[in-house]
Amino acid sequence: MEAVIAIAIGIMFGAGVWLILRPRSFQVITGLLLISYAVNLFIFIMGRLSINQAPLTLGEGAIDPSLYADPLPQALVLTAIVIGFATTALYLVVMIGARGLTGTDHVDGKEMDK
Amino acid sequence: MLLLLLILMPVVGSIIAALMPTNARNREAWLAGGIAFVGLLITAYLYTQIGTGELGTGDVVRYQLEWMPDYGLNFILRMDGLAWMFSMLILGIGVLVVIYARYYMSANDPVPRFFSFLLAFMASMLGVVLSGNLIQLVVFWELTSLTSFLLIGYWHHRADARRGARMAFTVTATGGLCLLVGVLMLGHIVGSYSLDVVLASGDLIRAHPWYLPTLILIALGALTKSAQFPFHFWLPHAMAAPTPVSAFLHSATMVKAGVFLLMRLWPSLSGTPEWTLIIGGAGLCTLLIGAFTAIFQHDLKGLLAYSTISHLGLITLLLGIGTPLAMVAALFHTLNHATFKASLFMAAGIIDHESGTRDMRHLRGLFKVLPYTATLAIVASAAMAGVPLLNGFLSKEMFFAEALAVGSARNWSMSAAAVLMGIFSVAYSLRFINVFFGPLATDLPRAPHEPPRWMRFPVELLVLCCLIVGVIPGLSVGPFLNTAVISVLGEQTPGYSLAVWHGFNLPLLMSVMALGGGVLLYIWLRTRHGLIQSNRVPFLYRFNGKQAYESTMLRISSSASLLEKLLSTRRVQPQLLLMITLLLAVPLLIVRPVSLLTFSDNGEFSPLFAGLWVIGAICAVAAAWQAKYHRLAALSLVGGVGIVVSITFLWLSAPDLALTQLMVETVTTVLILLGLRWLPARITPKELNMRATRLSWFRRSRDMVVAVVAGLCMSIVSYAVLVRSAPVGSISDFFMTRALSEGGGSNVVNVLLVDFRNFDTLGEIAVLAVVALTVYALLRRFRPAPESLPIPAQQTNNVDPAAGQTPVQQVESGYLMVPAVYLRMLLPIMVVIAAYFFIRGHNLPGGGFVAGLTFAVAIIVQYMLGGTTWVEKHLRLQPHRWIAFGLIIACATGLGAWLFGYPFLTTHTAHMTLPILGEIHLPSAFIFDLGVFGVVVGSTILILVALAHQSVRSHRLPISNIAPVINKEAN
Repeated sequence: MEAVIAIAIGIMFGAGVWLILRPRSFQVITGLLLISYAVNLFIFIMGRLSINQAPLTLGEGAIDPSLYADPLPQALVLTAIVIGFATTALYLVVMIGARGLTGTDHVDGKEMDK
Repeated sequence: MLLLLLILMPVVGSIIAALMPTNARNREAWLAGGIAFVGLLITAYLYTQIGTGELGTGDVVRYQLEWMPDYGLNFILRMDGLAWMFSMLILGIGVLVVIYARYYMSANDPVPRFFSFLLAFMASMLGVVLSGNLIQLVVFWELTSLTSFLLIGYWHHRADARRGARMAFTVTATGGLCLLVGVLMLGHIVGSYSLDVVLASGDLIRAHPWYLPTLILIALGALTKSAQFPFHFWLPHAMAAPTPVSAFLHSATMVKAGVFLLMRLWPSLSGTPEWTLIIGGAGLCTLLIGAFTAIFQHDLKGLLAYSTISHLGLITLLLGIGTPLAMVAALFHTLNHATFKASLFMAAGIIDHESGTRDMRHLRGLFKVLPYTATLAIVASAAMAGVPLLNGFLSKEMFFAEALAVGSARNWSMSAAAVLMGIFSVAYSLRFINVFFGPLATDLPRAPHEPPRWMRFPVELLVLCCLIVGVIPGLSVGPFLNTAVISVLGEQTPGYSLAVWHGFNLPLLMSVMALGGGVLLYIWLRTRHGLIQSNRVPFLYRFNGKQAYESTMLRISSSASLLEKLLSTRRVQPQLLLMITLLLAVPLLIVRPVSLLTFSDNGEFSPLFAGLWVIGAICAVAAAWQAKYHRLAALSLVGGVGIVVSITFLWLSAPDLALTQLMVETVTTVLILLGLRWLPARITPKELNMRATRLSWFRRSRDMVVAVVAGLCMSIVSYAVLVRSAPVGSISDFFMTRALSEGGGSNVVNVLLVDFRNFDTLGEIAVLAVVALTVYALLRRFRPAPESLPIPAQQTNNVDPAAGQTPVQQVESGYLMVPAVYLRMLLPIMVVIAAYFFIRGHNLPGGGFVAGLTFAVAIIVQYMLGGTTWVEKHLRLQPHRWIAFGLIIACATGLGAWLFGYPFLTTHTAHMTLPILGEIHLPSAFIFDLGVFGVVVGSTILILVALAHQSVRSHRLPISNIAPVINKEAN
């Protein structure tokens, strides 16, 4: 389980890094999406893995925190997901705006001379 | 209180003046003059409070405001004799300059700006002289530099004005920075920035090891401001300013700030050999260089500028000599110089104004046409030259006496320098008044005549002062001067007498020598040396301060651009590469890696989960591979990764995250799909028979290595974290145990968001709202690339019956009718689901974020199938209002806590019993969550709809361009 998650984070992060180093703006936005998945998962696993222990304190009586998943990383990641959407939208608009203004989708706004 | 008023009046006046109409010359002048005059009256009245002190105990008027009391800094205004004298000077000359400027400024000049800057300068200069706190003094000091910059550059269409302004600002502001450091050191030595304390601890300062650096830094500030050698070069270039500015700032007041500072700090800093060497040395060089250079100027104002430099040098030298009598002479000469030099500048301005030129090679015989002005200017220049019965004579006499006193002890060089300076100043004064004699010049740009009555009035008044002070010094200026002297020297105040006649003595002989020598030098230069033709200053032209300044500036900027070229790039990719490499390298270098890790798998293995992530990994890698040439495929693959991440969250006990991730995934995909249309078509190189170059292969393999290393590091770190047990006693336990009892909800994640950490959430929804509005604003100015304007090829395909139809026509002709009806029926159900998620959010997975996204998706699918036009015809959605109400609700919930005396955003749970429904919990966090819901709905819809509207807009615009394209495709 742990190994699978760790490898998955690595693969998503690696793919994202490869993409944000590419010259086309669409590649960069894809890379940023993949990196944000990886980072969100990475923050999430700071609370360790737990199955069938959702942080819902439905029972009566005293609460034993060790029986539940850690809610703090979850709250952090939840806001991170929503903010991630907002920044993606901003990047997208800047991306298509730059494309309209410069006539190219290169990240520098001009084609690199080869 | 009056002191504060003194500074506030010009500040307020400056703001009022800036708001007046351009052609309100009279009103502006009345305002500025009135303020200066009232200030003058206040200052004159204050004399009754400070002038009564006994000898050695001059009274001080103080005003204090708390500024940063924790740091021992207070806003202190403090007027003693010295400050009083300078305030009178500033306000008195200020009134006259305003009157003069009213007639000097042409109707075409934007006067509000002029008077506004002038008043701002007056305020800052008063601030300098009245400051009772050293830091505050430096602040006002820099403000005078700034206003001087603005005033020199007043005619900003002229290159010389801009250059002069820049030069003056660079030099004086650099000096100001040195002064700041010096003052900070001084404050450190003394332990307080209060002037009273600093003045009282002279011995402590002089004995301190930091004395020399402090002195040098403060001297740098003072010497740059007062245009002392080797920083004197900025003053002649500042003459590009309008003449009233030159008269006010660059002869009477601002350049005196440097000597004022030296006088101010005289009790604490002077009296050491270093002081004499630095201050006196600079003064001596300036004195001679300025006077000598002045003779060879052709510009009237240039001559006066160099003469000002020389006279400032004289004052500085007197201060450098350091004896109490020299201090008296310095103070007296400051006053005298201000009167005669301001009047000379105004006279020069009149000549320039009336004849159209300031070039002394052309000006000739002006006495015939400007008899009054000429008489006044001649008297003032006589004062400058030090002719008896005028004020300049008296202070110069005192200077000679001091030079003798210093010189006789060692040698005669000081006295010789003094006489030499006297000779030079007589020569340049003659040069100046020469423009009035001889036959009237015929080649002047304008026919000169006497200026208006009130333009001459300030000159008349100042020249009258020169005369009165020159004839009866003891009765006119004596008591005031005495007050100023006492305030500086205290018990050291020497006996001195201000009198015209001291009997036959050496200083008188020196004066006579200077007068005679000056006349002879001038005649010799005129007849033998060709003064009129000379284009450069003999001997001194080699030492060109301006040249040094320019080349220094050039070197600084060229080395800066060289550094930028070497160390930076404007390209994104190298920057990102560097960032990621550092991100990987720095932690690896700091911590000892791998060896710390223990590879022991202690978790159980689930084949289903592994299979899920095989799919996820394939999607991620394939997305990376396809993102360049197959954007749609890449987008779908990224969506696939998102779904896998969402399932992972669900699997690992995070139902809230899973829901949010799923909804965000949907919205993001729609968002990017809307954006794809505006990107250029890209065809794979294989179809174009292109091959990648070696360079791009190198780049790709390099990036591949970086990416693989990055992924590997991330995996290792993640694994290292996962195989360790969770820390015991983390803050999470607190949240877990109190969520239900104190937050009133059993969904701990939601309680965290809307209760425990709701201030963070408030910040987050504010960010969301800002981003949405930014996106909207950016898209309002969106200009697509020309080739993406026509309808995309996919839509013009003639297999599709809807091709060629506008979206409106498509809707009317029943295009996609079945799914549209189906989705319309789904809308209420989706809204109910959103409401359900929202209501149960506090106790079960759900909440404002998820509900908001669900609601937004419900609306978006209507747009997708019904078309923008149809949806907006049937639904009045105003996303801006959703955002606004959401934020207001969230903030109001927070503020509501204040009504009950709790801190911002304190929550409360109300228990209500309703009929039928029974008892329900209504936490205030629920209302906060409603705000979150509103902002999320508004932002998401606003972003997507704004983007969708771009397609509608571009369809609407170039109909004529699209039609032929469609026809061609159809054929």
